[in-house]
Amino acid sequence: MQHYTLSCCGGVKASLPPPLSFRWSKIKREGGRRLPRCARIAAQLELKPPPYSLSSLEPHMSRETLEYHWGRHHRAHVASLNNLIAGTDLDGMGLDEIVVVSYNKGNPLPPFVHAAQVWNHDFFWQSIKPGGGGRPSGRLMELIEKDFGSFDRMLEEFKRAALTQFGSGWAWLVYKANRLDVGNAVNPRPSEKDNKLVMLKSPNAVNPIVWDYSPLLAIDVWEHAYYLDYENRRADYVSIFLEKLVSWEVVSDRLDVAIERAAERAREAETRKQEDDTAVTHSEAVEMYLDSDTDDSEAE
Amino acid sequence: MALRTLFTKKALTRASGLGPLAAAAGDRGLGSGLGQARGRTAATLPDLPYDYGALEPAISGEIMRLHHQKHHQAYVTNYNNALEQLEAAVSKGDAPAVVRVQGAIKFNGGGHINHSIFWNNLKPVKEGGGEPPHSALGWAIDTEFGSLEALVQKMNAEGAALQGSGWVWLALDKGSKKLSVETTANQDPLVTKGLHMVPLLGIDVWEHAYYLQYKNVRPDYLKNIWDVINWKYASEVYEKETA
Repeated sequence: MQHYTLSCCGGVKASLPPPLSFRWSKIKREGGRRLPRCARIAAQLELKPPPYSLSSLEPHMSRETLEYHWGRHHRAHVASLNNLIAGTDLDGMGLDEIVVVSYNKGNPLPPFVHAAQVWNHDFFWQSIKPGGGGRPSGRLMELIEKDFGSFDRMLEEFKRAALTQFGSGWAWLVYKANRLDVGNAVNPRPSEKDNKLVMLKSPNAVNPIVWDYSPLLAIDVWEHAYYLDYENRRADYVSIFLEKLVSWEVVSDRLDVAIERAAERAREAETRKQEDDTAVTHSEAVEMYLDSDTDDSEAE
Repeated sequence: MALRTLFTKKALTRASGLGPLAAAAGDRGLGSGLGQARGRTAATLPDLPYDYGALEPAISGEIMRLHHQKHHQAYVTNYNNALEQLEAAVSKGDAPAVVRVQGAIKFNGGGHINHSIFWNNLKPVKEGGGEPPHSALGWAIDTEFGSLEALVQKMNAEGAALQGSGWVWLALDKGSKKLSVETTANQDPLVTKGLHMVPLLGIDVWEHAYYLQYKNVRPDYLKNIWDVINWKYASEVYEKETA
């Protein structure tokens, strides 16, 4: 969620209710018609708290870990991001868009690490809950069994991704709808089939939305995520994460959204294809007309 | 060597009776232990030349113990496993398997190389840790960077700015004899920055190197580690390579 403040040259600040972001950028470009001339709009991304208290994940993830991980690491990324994007083109964009644009097709710009880590950590806190664990059901479980063979096999792959992400990074369960036309980034897996669950790992701050995938679940395997509670024992941390913390309800909800998004994309692609076919037919007709015109004028 | 306490881990070599050979192989400790396993020289975890608690307060004993006994040991173990897999793949002529294991060799071999250097880069204050470099290396630093303070500032800035995990190095180019500050990601050894690069000093900026004590404040760790940096070792390497 973003809230907007105006800072006039005199340093006076006023808060306004958050309108749609596109309207603010439009106003900025038009020279601030509705605002005092000296106004400069600064979009402030906020540090979202986890949907549970900092001590409620004990003993699996300690309050101390959350105080540092959320209260220091995550908070610092929010502050750095706000600083870096203030007054730039990225200012006023939604977080998803900032991540994709600053990723810059694999040649990331300075705001990327902060934008992506804000996104990743928001996503991570939402992925876990007190009393988590257990097994998923319904469509999520069906897809897991279809694409991994079984729930246990999926867990094994998740653990393997998390344990073989060397250095800092993340492991992800993603839903992947194969699109040929990927606008901003290079799709690293063009050979795989459409619409399936896959396991991924990514280094440092990289995030599968830059490849236009739909992340469903993430685990932070930067050492700061587990060192206070598990020291070097990343394997124990990953196991406890899966057994005691993961919220399969949230993962399921994300899958529903991802499937709907993929279906809409497919519909749009189909519509576009039909429009293209119609356009081709029209232009052929126009060319025939023009040809006869040219012949007449030459005759003169 | 320094006093052994109950807390230091004995290397495989000492148990196998090859201790003196191992010590003679030098403090440079690139697998200074000569363990014999399956007819091949296996890498072993080198002993620390000081107690785990001897670098306090700059680096806590708890961190040193975990760093040495768990992290470095894991690199050694996994490096040996990767080499075995490589041998098997090579003897079978299995090219895909040979290529597949390269990642594990680089990660774990690099980790073993880098940490073996690191333990020699540190020294308890009582034994000269933190004493600034003199003679050849001292002059070279002043020439290249202006002053020791300037070098320290530069290494701290680059170390703090390194995203994710990696190392910051004071490097010597064997060819040009010039000093430089370099960073490498993950466990990439310095040689990945240039085939002629020799590490004089490396500072580990993986979170495991400081988190228990400094939490997210990597700059404080970088500020304090200079109290226990072993400039004598760096000088020796420098003089040997520029002789």
